[in-house]
Amino acid sequence: MGCDTSRYAQVPREEKQRLFDQVTADERFGHVLYGCYECGICVATCPSARFYDFSPRKIAQATAREDVDLVYKFMNEDVWDCSQCFSCDKCPRGNSPGGLITILREVAVRNGLKTAKEALEGYGRIIYKIMSTGTQVAPDMLQPSAFPDWGPHVKEISENLPWWRRALPPETLHTTESSWDVSEKTLSELYLIWHMTGVMDMIQEVDEGLHMILMDVMEEKLEEAGFDLHPDGED
Amino acid sequence: MPINVHVVSRSSRKFERDPETVKGEELREQVLELEARGEWIVHKVPEPWITVKNKYGRDKKIPAGHTWHHKSCGQCGHIPGYSTSIFWLHRKLGLDYHDPRDQTSCTAWNYYASATSNAAAQAAVALRNFASAYQSGYYPLIHCATSYGHYKEVRAQLLHSRKLRDEVRRILDAMKRPFVFPEEIVHYSEWVHAMRHRIAERRVLDLSKIVATVHPACHYHKLVAEDAIYDPDVYGGQRTATVSATLQALGVTVADYSTWFDCCGFGFRHILVQRDFTRSFAVQRKIEVMKEEANPDVTVTHDTGCVTTLDQSQFAARAHSRNVGLPVLSEAQLCALAMGAHPYRVCQLHWHNTDNRALLAKMGIDHEARWREFEADVERLKNGEIEYLSWEDADA
Ligand code: SF4
Ligand code: SF4
Repeated sequence: MGCDTSRYAQVPREEKQRLFDQVTADERFGHVLYGCYECGICVATCPSARFYDFSPRKIAQATAREDVDLVYKFMNEDVWDCSQCFSCDKCPRGNSPGGLITILREVAVRNGLKTAKEALEGYGRIIYKIMSTGTQVAPDMLQPSAFPDWGPHVKEISENLPWWRRALPPETLHTTESSWDVSEKTLSELYLIWHMTGVMDMIQEVDEGLHMILMDVMEEKLEEAGFDLHPDGED
Repeated sequence: MPINVHVVSRSSRKFERDPETVKGEELREQVLELEARGEWIVHKVPEPWITVKNKYGRDKKIPAGHTWHHKSCGQCGHIPGYSTSIFWLHRKLGLDYHDPRDQTSCTAWNYYASATSNAAAQAAVALRNFASAYQSGYYPLIHCATSYGHYKEVRAQLLHSRKLRDEVRRILDAMKRPFVFPEEIVHYSEWVHAMRHRIAERRVLDLSKIVATVHPACHYHKLVAEDAIYDPDVYGGQRTATVSATLQALGVTVADYSTWFDCCGFGFRHILVQRDFTRSFAVQRKIEVMKEEANPDVTVTHDTGCVTTLDQSQFAARAHSRNVGLPVLSEAQLCALAMGAHPYRVCQLHWHNTDNRALLAKMGIDHEARWREFEADVERLKNGEIEYLSWEDADA
């Protein structure tokens, strides 16, 4: 924990530098880190710092100092503790440590780091839901097994779900598998976005199985909508 | 009457920002400049709009009606009385709106939770939705503060990067969609704020005995902070006026507490897969502090994640004898209740976890009779007498 980087001593320096360079090459990088006064205001506002051994100051500082060993360690561990609340946008230097963490996470996922895969374990069903239905938390996700700490109220909802959804006056909300009724055309356009922006490649890096299931769902719809994913005839 | 500034800063100073002295970029002007250069179409706020002041003292236009409702997946999925109340308020105020099927969520909950996306995909999702709104002729009103915050980030990224604009344009071209950006990014709670006096005029309940704490949503007032509404008469202009000014207009007593700036503990990934953090933070840093310092009847907020987190986290804490048991509502639901909406047919309070019956009783609502009515509705649905509950049924 803390700033001990010894766990990653065997990772070649070139690999750490390669990932660091991907972070600084991100177009957003120049707007999320201008340097660091090391004042700790971000830590004072940070909810995750209260409950974890976590410090946005250290992440901003290590990145500003180009300490690639430490940034590699943070990219593998600490970034997943961040709540992405952006309270740290209070930074007097104009940094957004939360925004920097978004980029660090993205590089971790894009490169299929083992720690990113571990952080996303148990999360696949949620990625499936958002990418396939266009809405993240569907009513049918309210199951007692998924939210045991929310008490018997979740069971009551899941048992009454079909009726309680029909008891909603807005016509778009009678769904159970998605949050509202999303049209087929809309979904095919969403799938096109995932394909054209490299998101499907990111999913393949972190979860092969999920990638296959999503491709199954999407390919037919994309074809029906007339979107050609392989215009040059490649598979 | 202004919300007292002494409780916030122990000073009587009012903070009134002079837009001329603000150093931050005026992104909305840059949006219009890109239109002038022929890069994209700017979707203008339809008349009549209401003018409010943002954090930097600049004017912000809030559309009164003719709005395209960018729904929230968390609201519609798990707290559907939230979205229903927003629609109900529009109907009661006689304002035209469109509830689209050609809308996806902003997908930012997943992005902030898992990073399994990227800037181009996120911007394309935003602009696909904006194109749909433009083509419908209605102006986007964004229900979720995460979508609102994220779309403001997307705006800044698009303005700063020609490469990103080109990439998103290429995707929209493939869909045969126009490249459109809205003149203002407007959150529903800003619409409620702008409408608060009209809502208060239609109030049928006396809320003068109700004490409420307010949790301002992080992605509303921290993420691209300048777009949020501020008012020198509300906390001396030291905090956003959104929600607090609405409660005040309804006659509710707004009570202060020391951890108002803290987030709720939602954490995006934490609420789904690391809830020990979410529960601890929500209870220890928010609910218990509110109860100890203000002892309110209700806490009111204006975002999906905040309502979910603050409400659901209290159940497990009860088993540990923590000082919990504070009802959580969105201000949209509270406004609807104040105007006489049915607590179950419209506000759908049975989807909430923390017991709110004492609050309803204190507001003068016969919750037992209303629940029996709702149960009868469910029976009619079950025996096939009706297929769905209609808006007319909701007001019967
Ligand atoms: S608030 Fe900003 S300048 Fe201060 S420690 Fe954090 S990142 Fe550095
Ligand atoms: S965005 Fe992350 S680092 Fe910043 S305050 Fe929130 S939890 Fe802390």
